Amino acid sequence: MNEALLRVRDLSVDFGAHAAVSQVSFDLHAGETLGLVGESGSGKSTLARAILRLLRSAHGSVEWCGKDLLTTAGAELRALRRDLQIVFQDPLSSLDPRMMIGDAIAEPLRIFESGLDAKARALRVAAMLDRVGLTAAMGTRYPHEFSGGQCQRIGIARAMILNPKLLICDEPVSSLDMSIQGQIVNLLLDLQRDAGTAMLFISHNLAVVRHLSHRVLVMYAGKLVEVAAPDALFASPRHPYTMALLAAVPVIEPKPVGATVPSGLEEAAAGARAPAAGCAYRDRCPHAIPVCVTTVPPLAEAATGHWVACHRSHEPLIPLSLRA
Amino acid sequence: MIPTLSIDELCISFPRRGAPIRAVQGVSLTISPSECVGIIGESGSGKTQVFMAAMGLVSGSAAASGSIRFEGSELLAADAAALNRVRGSKLTMIFQDPMTSLAPHLKIGTQLAEVLVCHAAMSWRDAWSSAARMLARVRVPDPKRRLHQYPHELSGGMRQRVMIGMSLLCEPKLVIADEPTSALDVTVQAQLIELLRSMRAELGMALALISHDLGVVAGLADRILVMYAGRIVESAPAAEIFNHARHPYTAEMLKCVPSLSGPRLARLPTLAGSPPQPGEILGGCAFAPRCPRVDARCRAEQPQLSETGAGSVACHFPLPA
Repeated sequence: MNEALLRVRDLSVDFGAHAAVSQVSFDLHAGETLGLVGESGSGKSTLARAILRLLRSAHGSVEWCGKDLLTTAGAELRALRRDLQIVFQDPLSSLDPRMMIGDAIAEPLRIFESGLDAKARALRVAAMLDRVGLTAAMGTRYPHEFSGGQCQRIGIARAMILNPKLLICDEPVSSLDMSIQGQIVNLLLDLQRDAGTAMLFISHNLAVVRHLSHRVLVMYAGKLVEVAAPDALFASPRHPYTMALLAAVPVIEPKPVGATVPSGLEEAAAGARAPAAGCAYRDRCPHAIPVCVTTVPPLAEAATGHWVACHRSHEPLIPLSLRA
Repeated sequence: MIPTLSIDELCISFPRRGAPIRAVQGVSLTISPSECVGIIGESGSGKTQVFMAAMGLVSGSAAASGSIRFEGSELLAADAAALNRVRGSKLTMIFQDPMTSLAPHLKIGTQLAEVLVCHAAMSWRDAWSSAARMLARVRVPDPKRRLHQYPHELSGGMRQRVMIGMSLLCEPKLVIADEPTSALDVTVQAQLIELLRSMRAELGMALALISHDLGVVAGLADRILVMYAGRIVESAPAAEIFNHARHPYTAEMLKCVPSLSGPRLARLPTLAGSPPQPGEILGGCAFAPRCPRVDARCRAEQPQLSETGAGSVACHFPLPA
């Protein structure tokens, strides 16, 4: 594959004694969509914020176009940020309630394309509003006048107006109604295809991630536990945590039977703090063996392009889906 | 047989400058003893308001008309004293956010025991030990210690278990669960669905499960009601809804659920447009602007809920069975 656009190496974020993100490494290529899944508290959002330098306490390296974002500062960082944009979960609270949405979308242009005059800027904003399925006339309205789905379109317009090279979407559809989610995801996919943007798509909705990702990262207690193409990951997950996660998704079946309670998730501790040594998942894992208590399993390639952090990744583990 | 809950022509509207917002427009439904009814709809469809009205919890400014009977006695016009004879004991509710529905400054044990002291005239000592037994029943580990903890010391899933336990203390006839798992992770959600299922098997209460997530409802409900823009548009046994949806909204909604198996799609299936804004008045069917089967009649005439073979549907041109 071509040269990676973003190269994250051993990225860790500590909040006091708690490692929110621990030794995460991955590459992201131009135009690629990387899905990032995991439970709340697993470190997904913290990872995104660390990459964008919205957090100070990260260490490791985040190589972006040959520069390490973690050591870049001042005007240089500011210039790089033009190509790094984010769409947040709550579309209403991420917009300034007192700013007309046309001005909110124009703001990135004011900062990064200061050569544009007001007229050219207005044209760009109008074109962008149209592109995200709104109308130019809506530019003079305020955020509270829009529905949740429309606010998310505005957030996307603001993030995409500079044609960034990387777009991070942090649960962009989680707060939206089901009939609206698909519209927003498709809009993101269209914009991505047109602009060739790379995307890190964070979601707890496994089904959405499955359809739109080129590769999927599964995170547990701050660590990547499995990385694979969606076909491999969803058809034959290798990490017991991924298996449990998939088994927990409620499915609509002809004769409705709901989700089964995956064994190993019975004792979901608050925040899922990792044990001091060994595999972070071992206390909940139905397949744990003595070595899991003593040694942290490294993320290793179990099959071509399929990386797993499990001591038993080469054994045919049977997903236990369990109590009736 | 007297139904556990029977709602007849319920209308709820909120005053607003200009026209009032008609949140619920003529909803009628019944829930039989030990039946689980799922209520599906998007935000703003009125699904929560219907059951808030049953609990006497609609906002004071709202105007409600129609009838809500719980085991035969009218709740809609009842005063607080009459309501309090059933709500919290025979008729209980679990809310979406377990953090904001527990009092942050009271111990879990106090909040649970209070229910029994108020509704079952128990002594605090007896109530406290009953509370411990209930926590064990809803599979909260180490219940005696948990009773002395405050809500912030528990995880979201544990707090929701406490809420479920609280709703079951007085052996209710009907539990209303409003998006009980929406704020929680999928793994915790699976555990709570399983818990609700086993509690229903043990205690035999009826359950009204309100959700926007078809998957959650699929796992529990015997019968499903689909709401859109303040009305019930379809009602049928769960298997019928999932296999042979008659209302185009239900059918389109089911198509929008992304799958975990089968071919991966380049684009997600969508339902064009968005639900009507609160207060938006449409001449005919509220779904007409988004409906693939729309015809002139739909824009002119409001379809009424009418019987089909297995259930009922409010559509001029329902899908074939």
